[in-house]
Formats: sequence, C-alpha cells, structure tokens
Amino acid sequence: MSYTGWILLTASLVGLSCGFIGVLLILRRMAMMADAISHTVLLGIVVAYLVTRELSGVHMLIGAVTAGLLTSLFVQWLHARGVQQEASIGVVFTSLFAIGVVLIATKVGNAHLDIQHTLMGEITYIPWELTELPWIGAVPEAVVLLSGVLVVVVGVILAFYKEWKITSFDPALAASLGIPVVLMHYVFMSLVSITTVAAFDAVGAIMVVAMLITPAAAAYLWTDRLLVMMGLSGVFGVIAAFMGYYIAVWLDTSISGSMAFSTGIIFMISFLFSPRHGLASRLVRPADQI
Amino acid sequence: MDRVLSVEQLNASYRKNKVLDNVSFEVLPGTLTAIVGPNGAGKSTLLKAILDLHPRLSGVVSCFGSPYAQVKSRIGYVPQRGSVDWDFPTNALDVVMMGLYGKIGWLKWPKRKHRELALAALEEMGLGNYADRQISQLSGGQQQRVFLARALVQDADLYFLDEPLAGVDAATEKVIMDTLNTLKNKGRTVMVVHHDLQTVEEYFDHVLMLNRTVIAHGKTADTFNQANIMRTYGGSLRWMGDRLG
Repeated sequence: MSYTGWILLTASLVGLSCGFIGVLLILRRMAMMADAISHTVLLGIVVAYLVTRELSGVHMLIGAVTAGLLTSLFVQWLHARGVQQEASIGVVFTSLFAIGVVLIATKVGNAHLDIQHTLMGEITYIPWELTELPWIGAVPEAVVLLSGVLVVVVGVILAFYKEWKITSFDPALAASLGIPVVLMHYVFMSLVSITTVAAFDAVGAIMVVAMLITPAAAAYLWTDRLLVMMGLSGVFGVIAAFMGYYIAVWLDTSISGSMAFSTGIIFMISFLFSPRHGLASRLVRPADQI
Repeated sequence: MDRVLSVEQLNASYRKNKVLDNVSFEVLPGTLTAIVGPNGAGKSTLLKAILDLHPRLSGVVSCFGSPYAQVKSRIGYVPQRGSVDWDFPTNALDVVMMGLYGKIGWLKWPKRKHRELALAALEEMGLGNYADRQISQLSGGQQQRVFLARALVQDADLYFLDEPLAGVDAATEKVIMDTLNTLKNKGRTVMVVHHDLQTVEEYFDHVLMLNRTVIAHGKTADTFNQANIMRTYGGSLRWMGDRLG
C-alpha cells in the first residue's frame, strides 16, 4: 500500500475505535475521564518501558490499562471521600501525568519517547515502522495494534451490548437485576485505555480526546437509536481522518491537528443542521413540536 | 403467613450522617404498603439499602427467607424517574425490555418473544402506540408508565417503587394505582415511597412511617392517625390538622 494509504488506514482505525468508545463515554457522562486517561496512559507507557526496556505493543497496552484503571480507582477513591468528582479527576490525572513527564525527562529521554511525540502524535512516521505478518507481508506496527484494538472494542461492545446499554441508562436498575455495574465500569475504563494508547502514536494524548468525544457528540445530534449513534460516530471518525489528512496536505500542517479540527467541523455542521436537535431546524419548526 | 420481607436493625449513613437508625420491620405477602416520611427521612435510602444499592453499616435484610442476592430475580425495582437521563438514545420499547435483561442472560440479544412481552406491558399501561417513541418525547406521566411497564415484565413477587406518583397527571396516577392493586390482588407484594399524605388512606392498605427509624408500621386504618403523623413529621405539617382534626 502507498504511504498515503497507510496513513489514511491508520487514522481511520483510530476514528472507528474512538468513535465507538466515545458514544459510551458520552452517554455515561465520562468525557472528562477520557481526557484524564489519555494523559495518564503516558505514565503507564513510561513505566512499562522502564520495566521492560521495550516499546512494543503488548507492553504498552498492559501499562496503559494499568494506568487507566489506577486513574479511575483513584478518582473513585477521592470522590467517595468527599472530593468533588471533577476536582478529583483534575487532581489525579495531572499528578499521574506529571510523574510521567518527569520520568521521561530524567530516565528515558531517547528518540522513541518524547513529550512532544506523546502529546501531538507523529502519524507521518507510522508507515516506516513496519512489522512482518504471515500471509500479508510488511504492515506498519501501529496498524496491527489498532486493528487488534478495534476488534477487541467492537467485540466487547457487541457481546455485552445490552449490558452497556442498561448500565449507561439506569445503573440502579442494572444492579438490582444482578448486572455487575462496577465490574462493567472497570472493563469500560480498560477499553478506553487500550483505545487511547493504540491511538496515541497516531494522534497523541491531546488529539485522541477530540477523536473520542467530538464524533460521538456529533452523532448524538443525528439519531435516537444507540446502535445508529455508534455507527455514525465511527463513520464521522473516519470522515474526520480523511478530511484531516487532506487539509494537512493542502495547508502543509500537522496531520493530527487537522484531524482534530475536522472533528470540530463535523460537530459544528451537526450542531447547526441535524434534523432533531440542530439550531437551523429549531428555527424552522414551530416550538410545540420540539 | 410467611414474611416476604424482613428488615432487622438496619443502619445506613450517607457520607457521615446517619440516615437509617435501627430500622426493623416485616412485610406480609399480598400487601400494598406506602412508605411515608418527611424529606431526608431516608425513604429512598431504605429501598436502596434493602436492594444492596446503598452500603449497610449493619443489619440483616431477607426476602422470602433468603438473603437478597439469592432472590434478585423475584424482586422488581422502579427508581425515581429523575434518576435517569431521558435524552438517552433509546425508545420506550427498549426501556421496557431492559426489565428482561436479567432473564435474557449474558451474551444474548433480546429475541422476538422478549419484544412481544415488552409490547404487551406497554399496552397494559396504555402506551401501545408509543413503543417507537424516543423517551424524551414522552410526557412525565408516560415516562413513569414506561418505568412501571418495565417493572411488570420482570414479573416479580416483590416490588419496590420510589415515588412513582411524583409529578404525574391524574390519568397516570389512576393507571399506576390500578396496576399496583392488580399486582396486590395476584398476591404480589408492593412497597411504594409516597409523598402525598392525602391519598395514603385511599391507596394503601399498609403504611410504614419513617423518620430515620420506623415511627409506626401497620394497617393504614390502625396506624395512619394524627398522633403518628405528628411523631413522624414533627411540627412541619400543620396543614394536615384541618383534615385529620
């Protein structure tokens, strides 16, 4: 595949995984947790690197899931002791992220892992970091990792679809029916963590939040069906990936930045023109039908 | 008769405030009980503590002679309407089907028979034509009926409802009370957190008067009198004086 093809494929895989996960993030009112986890996985990756001296996919995933779970455990722990939810998120993620930054600067400091890279991502290098796969041939490592994560994300969402739905909509009823709400929460946090770390290389810690939240927020405006919302959110993610790449080529600017910017454009279009919730349709339609 | 629910020396707190203080009572099958008490009396917390949704400091709860966890499938719970996000992307039928999720089991998707059960429950609530309606487009009363339909498909033996009559229209109030009476007549047991003291005698055969602890509990005719109301609400209910004089 061509250089451009790999980049578009990588970005599309990011768009799909983030789009699907993002829907549940929004409906569970956990957008801030995505922001938090996208930063704290940095600490997970650094620690995994310090322990194994490798930056391979599996180590990164384990490090990220650990960091993600610790983040949500700490947040929960502080919140249960009277700290406001948002304040505890802010305290926990900045502290863990800061430890990650300090560790990178003092202990790691090599070309594979620097702060600029982790914040902004570097999708332009991805097509050159190849790995050999049987039957298929040379494939960028990031594509392999992202495909694996996408399969896991889609599999776990579909396998427990009705459980995700009920624990998001009415956790009290879910618990009274015997569905393990707390376990589902931590499984979800793990999914957010692996999605984030897989998308990390491509778009970085800051842009991944845009990919997680914005397409899902846009999809929410177009439909009243959960499954349709997930599909749309994934499609919006892919559209943003393509749009972002070509905007970046056109303006000769950062690809991850353009992709995040594109999610914003998609959201604005949805916000203005979606049939049920859009501003324009509200102006046209009589108030009593809203 | 065997007790359906038995609560012994139940204590619970919210943050550092004790909300339930040595709450003990027993409920007989086929009864329709109102749980009344002033704001902050611990009514909702009592339901949640019974259902393992709120941590208990101490105390024993048993349903049908067993710990709650072993008989979950025989118990239905209707949370307060305000406890969920009605802008959630789903329709009335889907919400009703959620009542069946425990029975459908892991890794399975709802089938046609579940859909039909849910539709039948919606029709029983007079909402057959609203099955495809997005839930935010329903009125408050209709939303409450959707919740009740969801409880009905659970086909439970013991029901807990948290303020099902709060902020609903008169038609919905009648539908809900008719439904609860039908359940009672079928031998099911129903406990309802209720806020309107004027309708307690008309609607409920038993009453549990709660203010952090049980003030009085028994048949409405014997229990719901001015002395007990004064003890439950303190001086905060002067307006009831005229009626109960």
